[in-house]
Amino acid sequence: MKRYEYDVLVIGAGPGGSMAARYAARHGLKVLLIEKRPEIGVPVRCAEGISRAWMDEVEIEPQEKWIDAEIDGAKIYSPDEKSVIKLSAEQAGNEVGFVLNREYFDKYLASLAAQEGAEIWLKSPAVEIIKEDGYVRGAIVRRFGEKVEVRAKIVIGADGFESQVARWAGLNTVLRERDIVSCIQYRMTNIDIEENFTHFFIGSCAPGGYVWIFPKGRKEANVGIGVALNKLKSKGEVKKYMDDFIEKHEYLNKGSIIQIVTGAVSTCPVPKRIVDNGIMLVGDAARLIDPITGGGIANACISGKYAGEIAAKCINNPSKECLEEYQNKVKERWEKKHLRNWFVKEKLAELSDDTLNKLMDVVSKEDISEISVRAILEAVQKKYPELIEEFEDLL
Amino acid sequence: MNMMNVDPAICNYCGACVGSCPVNCMFLDETIVRIDEDKCIKCGFCIRACPVGAISADWWSE
Ligand SMILES: Cc1cc2nc3c(=O)[nH]c(=O)nc-3n(C[C@H](O)[C@H](O)[C@H](O)COP(=O)(O)OP(=O)(O)OC[C@H]3O[C@@H](n4cnc5c(N)ncnc54)[C@H](O)[C@@H]3O)c2cc1C
Ligand code: SF4
Ligand code: SF4
Repeated sequence: MKRYEYDVLVIGAGPGGSMAARYAARHGLKVLLIEKRPEIGVPVRCAEGISRAWMDEVEIEPQEKWIDAEIDGAKIYSPDEKSVIKLSAEQAGNEVGFVLNREYFDKYLASLAAQEGAEIWLKSPAVEIIKEDGYVRGAIVRRFGEKVEVRAKIVIGADGFESQVARWAGLNTVLRERDIVSCIQYRMTNIDIEENFTHFFIGSCAPGGYVWIFPKGRKEANVGIGVALNKLKSKGEVKKYMDDFIEKHEYLNKGSIIQIVTGAVSTCPVPKRIVDNGIMLVGDAARLIDPITGGGIANACISGKYAGEIAAKCINNPSKECLEEYQNKVKERWEKKHLRNWFVKEKLAELSDDTLNKLMDVVSKEDISEISVRAILEAVQKKYPELIEEFEDLL
Repeated sequence: MNMMNVDPAICNYCGACVGSCPVNCMFLDETIVRIDEDKCIKCGFCIRACPVGAISADWWSE
């Protein structure tokens, strides 16, 4: 078997992997980024919505080529669609701002890694981890059908939701049923929808998740749905939910589908351990998706940057003690937020359509930039006193 | 002794099943899902997690 040696091996060339490779290479390390697919960014597994707020931190300059649409804000529709909550881009947090073209975006990020000197191999799945003396020391990679051995001082697992690397290495990222959201999305053309907003529909149309419509301009949009696994009973049910929703909406059912995207996201708190001797996990592989929004691009990029930088620090001592600095940074940034959002997600998933309709009726009439959760609940109590019992634990 | 089957005519190669499997006995080889059935605990997660219903198993009933 051919043998190669690197300082850092990054497995998976999504946003997380490309950023990890970029920052590790910038610090002078010899970096290999491997991707099993024949083309970076294809096929897309994403609704492509992001904010621009975090981009400076990871030194990404917005480029026309990978921005399909600019978005002013988000609209959230109650189950009966009688109430609409409008959020400006700042209020809506991470998931609005741009609708990307991820085929180009992912390639752009990989090119940033290459510019810093990282080497990239396509059609090269990692099929096994090399572990010796309690340390991960590389991976067996099938490069264009030929098995080769890639030795590295540090391996960065950036292999997305599939997340095999973590589990081969013995890190527990197994998800509970309630924390898996299965998704299908159609790219639709010739539909009439307000183009400078992203649109979200909640309630029994998508149990434990939501339906989204993210306009891409020129009457095109990503129309998708996520449903929590613990709410799914039969085979192919997610697609049925999606098709039902489209059927019920005239502005959608007249359109045509030009692409089908499937995938899943995690909606869990941050795992206990995402590092071990010789290994770090980033992005979806580290389960860093926001439990409410399902957005993970920004967190993948930021965690990738952290991991690349800490790889440089620990390259002569890749022990879990040294790499723990990475885990600590991740926890400092997301542990509290994701735990809180996970709790809110669990709560939302259990509310009936009737409760959600009433809740959103009240909230849509308030100026929510001004008010807190407590203020919202007080307003709800005034109008629907019988509802408030359901929220006691939030007060 | 194949009890589970992924229909390539339906599968979209997205990995939703792979990431949902609690015992990590699946692998997505770019355009083929492999299942190590010796390790499978028949939980059915992958079958329900597949958004398009590409996975079937003779032990699975809804
Ligand atoms: C339907 C859907 C809609 C979404 N919408 C949004 C959204 O609007 N906004 C948002 O912020 N996030 C969204 N997300 C989440 C977002 O797509 C992810 O959080 C993001 O892609 C994570 O980046 P990553 O680099 O961690 O993983 P990925 O982008 O998944 O990249 C992982 C890469 O690793 C490769 N790989 C896997 N295994 C191996 C192996 N063994 N060897 C080599 N390579 C391997 C894969 O081929 C892939 O290219 C959505 C997800 C889904 C499923
Ligand atoms: S049934 Fe459960 S254990 Fe078996 S392959 Fe599917 S998810 Fe894995
Ligand atoms: S979840 Fe379904 S479509 Fe996706 S890879 Fe698995 S079998 Fe194929």
